[in-house]
Amino acid sequence: MIVADEKSLPEILDMIKDCNHILVLGCKGCVTVCNVGGLKEVQILASALRIGRKKDGRIVKVDEEILERQCDPEYVAQIKDRVQNYDGVVSLACGVGPQFLSEAYPDQHFFPAVNTKFFGGAVAHGIWEERCAGCGNCIIHNFDGLCPIARCSKSLMNGPCGGSSNGKCEIDKEILCIWDSIVRKKMASGQLNDLLKVMPIKDWRTARDGGPRKRIKEDLTK
Amino acid sequence: MTTDNFEPKILAFCCKYCAYAAADLAGSMRLSYPSNVKVIQVPCTGRVDITYLLRAIEDGADGVYVAGCLEGECHFLAGNLRTKKRVKYVKKVLADLKIEPERVEMFNLSSAMGPRFAEIANEMTDRIKKLGPSPIKNNDQCKEVKHDCSR
Ligand code: SF4
Ligand code: SF4
Repeated sequence: MIVADEKSLPEILDMIKDCNHILVLGCKGCVTVCNVGGLKEVQILASALRIGRKKDGRIVKVDEEILERQCDPEYVAQIKDRVQNYDGVVSLACGVGPQFLSEAYPDQHFFPAVNTKFFGGAVAHGIWEERCAGCGNCIIHNFDGLCPIARCSKSLMNGPCGGSSNGKCEIDKEILCIWDSIVRKKMASGQLNDLLKVMPIKDWRTARDGGPRKRIKEDLTK
Repeated sequence: MTTDNFEPKILAFCCKYCAYAAADLAGSMRLSYPSNVKVIQVPCTGRVDITYLLRAIEDGADGVYVAGCLEGECHFLAGNLRTKKRVKYVKKVLADLKIEPERVEMFNLSSAMGPRFAEIANEMTDRIKKLGPSPIKNNDQCKEVKHDCSR
């Protein structure tokens, strides 16, 4: 899933400083699963914003709502009849949400209330980790299912750098050196020789380097 | 508003198995505690959501606290530990909004601790009296807006 994190309240309050009536809009997709943009978080943010504005003596009326997803036009269309009632809409979806909303309703202001961080999953309740960098050409079968692009700080594809120490990456003692894990896994399965194969230079045009990407599935298009 | 004769409004979410039972005990022991504290019984402090605490502040409470079982003695194993973290979260929200985080607190006690229940109520009332009224209540513009400003 896409993992996001909360933006600071003062930052959001600053975004909505000229608004008297706002909609806080959640998303039932990834941000609900990573506990940053679901119904509960909508309620918490709405309450916090009301408190913040009441304290400053400037009341803000806040409506609360959640869409199935903010990254599909048919769900975005569900607020068509009321979106113009607001001075601004605060979106708790990943960065895709406020953009789909802005495209659908060009006359409305949309503010992002989360910082979208990475593709990952929950390793424990309340802890999420990055696993994929969306490079556009998956090669993890070469590394026993561990991704050196997303999980090695330098995205090295032919073994660790000299900074690997006791299983940790040189950039931070808290960060796993994924190359240490890859090598250990290969050793344990007696397949260390696999790593003698030199990985070809990766064509980064399938990643962000090739510019904004698009996917077309012909059988679904009209 | 002057703080001299300020009588704070304080909300206490009390677990049925400990704090609420301790309140009963305090009553039978004829111990008094400030009438500023309004008690809400919950089946477990784990039932207390972040939104409950925020809504209490939003709607004019000067202080809110949660009183649960001693750590390790929750009837539902970890309800009090979960809510301890929620209280911490709400404290951070208040701090971010430049509101004293001490207005929200978590306490732990057992059902046998009647005197401690009264002591906590006194402690919290004294604390909030020192802090003064909640900064969000004394809001002149609040009366001027046409719409319902409580939501
Ligand atoms: S190789 Fe590319 S697509 Fe596969 S997990 Fe790593 S970043 Fe993601
Ligand atoms: S220490 Fe490991 S994870 Fe860190 S940059 Fe070097 S090889 Fe990559």
